[in-house]
Amino acid sequence: MTTLTLNGRTYEVEADPEMPLLWAIRDHLNLTGTKYGCGIAQCGACTVHLDGQPVRACQTRLGDVGAAKITTIEGISGPVAEAVRTAWRKLDVVQCGYCQSGQMMSAIGLLSDNKAPSDADIDAAMDGNVCRCGTYQRIRAAIHDAARSLA
Amino acid sequence: MLNSRIKTRQVPLREDAVTSRRTFLRGSATAAGALVIGLTLDLKGARAAGGPDLSKAPAKPNAFVRIAADDTVTVVIKHLDMGQGNTTGLATIVAEELDADWGQMRAVFAPADASLYNNLAFGPIQGTGGSTAVANSWIQLRKAGAAARAMLVAAASAEWKVPAGEITIEKGVMRHKSGKEGRFGAFAAKAAVQPIPENPALKDPAAFRLIGTTLKRLDSDAKTDGSAKYALDVRRPGQLTALVARAPRFGATLKSVDDTAAKAVPGVVQVVRIPSGVAVVARDTWSAMKGREALTLTWDDAGAERQSTESQAAAYKALADKPGLVASQRGDAAGAIKGAAKVLEAEFSFPYLAHAPMEPLNATIERAGDGSYDIYAGSQFQTIEQAVAAGILGTTADKVRITTLWAGGSFGRRATASADYIAEAAAILKATGEKAPIHLVWTREDDITGGYYRPAAYHRIRAGLDAKGAITGWEHRIVGKSIIIGTPLEAMMVKDGVDATTVEGASDTPYALPAYRFEVHNAREGVPVLWWRSVGHSHTAQAMEVFVDELAHAAGQDPVAYRLGLLKQAPRLSAALTLAAEKAGWSARDQKPGRGYGVAAHESFGSYVAMVADVTAEAGKVKVNRIVAAVDVGVAVNPDVIRAQVEGAVGFALSSVLRNRITFKDGEVQEKNFDTYEPTRMSEMPKVEVHIVPSAAAPTGIGEPGVPVLAPAIANAVFAATGQRLRSLPLDVAGLRGV
Repeated sequence: MTTLTLNGRTYEVEADPEMPLLWAIRDHLNLTGTKYGCGIAQCGACTVHLDGQPVRACQTRLGDVGAAKITTIEGISGPVAEAVRTAWRKLDVVQCGYCQSGQMMSAIGLLSDNKAPSDADIDAAMDGNVCRCGTYQRIRAAIHDAARSLA
Repeated sequence: MLNSRIKTRQVPLREDAVTSRRTFLRGSATAAGALVIGLTLDLKGARAAGGPDLSKAPAKPNAFVRIAADDTVTVVIKHLDMGQGNTTGLATIVAEELDADWGQMRAVFAPADASLYNNLAFGPIQGTGGSTAVANSWIQLRKAGAAARAMLVAAASAEWKVPAGEITIEKGVMRHKSGKEGRFGAFAAKAAVQPIPENPALKDPAAFRLIGTTLKRLDSDAKTDGSAKYALDVRRPGQLTALVARAPRFGATLKSVDDTAAKAVPGVVQVVRIPSGVAVVARDTWSAMKGREALTLTWDDAGAERQSTESQAAAYKALADKPGLVASQRGDAAGAIKGAAKVLEAEFSFPYLAHAPMEPLNATIERAGDGSYDIYAGSQFQTIEQAVAAGILGTTADKVRITTLWAGGSFGRRATASADYIAEAAAILKATGEKAPIHLVWTREDDITGGYYRPAAYHRIRAGLDAKGAITGWEHRIVGKSIIIGTPLEAMMVKDGVDATTVEGASDTPYALPAYRFEVHNAREGVPVLWWRSVGHSHTAQAMEVFVDELAHAAGQDPVAYRLGLLKQAPRLSAALTLAAEKAGWSARDQKPGRGYGVAAHESFGSYVAMVADVTAEAGKVKVNRIVAAVDVGVAVNPDVIRAQVEGAVGFALSSVLRNRITFKDGEVQEKNFDTYEPTRMSEMPKVEVHIVPSAAAPTGIGEPGVPVLAPAIANAVFAATGQRLRSLPLDVAGLRGV
């Protein structure tokens, strides 16, 4: 039995401690906003926050989470998260939308550390998040837009 | 075979619909035939040739429009939305005729029912593809919206005791000059019992208030808070997750399986054999993965494909040495080239490509209490999936319901004539005794190695120029595996051996060629192939547009002006090309060694797209700085969705221009995941500007047409920057020399 603190609640998960956090979240807690894309940390669709830092849930073992506070797309809150979500909606960033939870989790991580990211900062923070629909231009614009609204 | 299982109304596609330049498809007016014709013929061409008359469809407001007492208007979406934004587009068409307020519009996906929700471009099949969603629904949904509007007005007229003609509607509010005012919700029940007008008057396009404006996408909210449900998110009571171990080589069969260790993995419930391999059924995805890894399998490779990429390339070149089947011809091309002042020759190779949608293939299937079945999937060919599942489960298609969910991309992959992954899910349900709901999941590795690729292709072209640089003749041979041959559709679809999906965009080029001969060789190998976003155009546009660029260069003429000279009979493509060149600053472009501009223009799916690429190229490196696109899609229903589709086409296709390829060694796919089949990333994305050519023509599609022009625009820009012609895809960036 593993105890998880996720989106401000405590959960008991009965699963192999080797299980990636991604599958515990999706299959055991039935929170499906966090997506599976590759399973090898190459696409970022599974990005969640551990104590506010973006991590790939597909490469995080359930047994290694410990007391860290997990946040998923369903649980994001605060001014940065709101600014990101508002910008994503204002610019109609999404197409298929499948990768966008992960994109937003990475963008929130970036803007939490860097209030005015340059294009190069965005490249560095977002290059691990694949969007097969190719919405990158709008993701970049939305991050800049969110940064402006937070200034 | 496929046909006999499909229980649907026959809506004949008139035989002459498929004549014109593509006579080889004649006589395919059957269910599956109509399907593929719809996929491969652009609607403009089909209409011009007397194809499906979309204006004849009766108004069906009850099928498509639901008005609730709470004043919401819900449009029933008969198409899969895999990101292309058709949910927003189709709802816009209804809202326009209804004079609704955009804020009251909602959307739900239609059930699988081809009698109501068939794609009018596919005939009797419900399905999505060929960039047809808006195009085939245009008149149908305008009529549905207009009929619903007339019924609301009739209800208000009766209630208010005023003539219907005196009632106006603006942004969802009905008004009469007497001061009476009401919203749709208050009249919904009374409107529902009004007679349905058969041919309601449609708006004059000059009066459109929503079409052509920027409206908020209907899916933005749910896709930014984690609540949008994809097939992978389906959670049915008691459902089990299944992964399938498939043969490493296409065509191999299972010789033996030892599942002792797999069954000992905690969480694994059952291991069953199905036609495509061995399914491990478990309580969660991770357990199914561990269980699958624990299987010991031996395969019989007697019938397996054993080719390597190198041996295949050699075989394709050898085929191209011999005359092929004629796809189209005019005059004496060989003679015209023989007498030319200058002769140019070039060859182009194209690899297999995986679609790699972000959401891997998956579907949930379960048996209901009454013996019927439910499928939950990002369903792209509902009618075929119903028929295939019914065949496996021993029932009839009407006993198979499909709940269509948001799809995390597709790019063609979810639309197979075999309904491949739905068939697997049905087979596992059957093999497990139909007790628990089965959620079949493909991993990314299953997806990349699983076949159904964009076919590999090889083009060889020769053309002659006269002393002034004008084209005298054009000979063009294409080698590739047909998407249709070898499937159950072959007998119905392939005429004289020519499959339009192999040659489209080349054999029907809009360029004025005085003499030409397009030939095709159908390569035969055991790798399953499929339409990949823009189908044949994904390789033919590169061959045509790079070679035309070479001819322009050989003629000493400007690449834009040279194309315009060949497109005098193609005004819409000319206009798109002219607009793209103007917006990109073509005539004043700043070219210098290492920095170049390239152009390409191409028609596909009835839409016209031109692109100018601005690239920086140096030894072993290409950086695309900016793409300027101009598109003509007829009436631009949602301009911002159109822009998004073209921006996305650039992001999607760029990795196939720069690096993506599926390769084989002794029959085994070498690429497994995004580390070796890497999609475009943020830092590579160029700035994309999209300009829309104003048009009053009926809307066509934009899901695919942005893709074909990207590669040739970039390749031509690399030539301008470096003087080096990179013809094959992916571009041989590593082979670029410095300038």
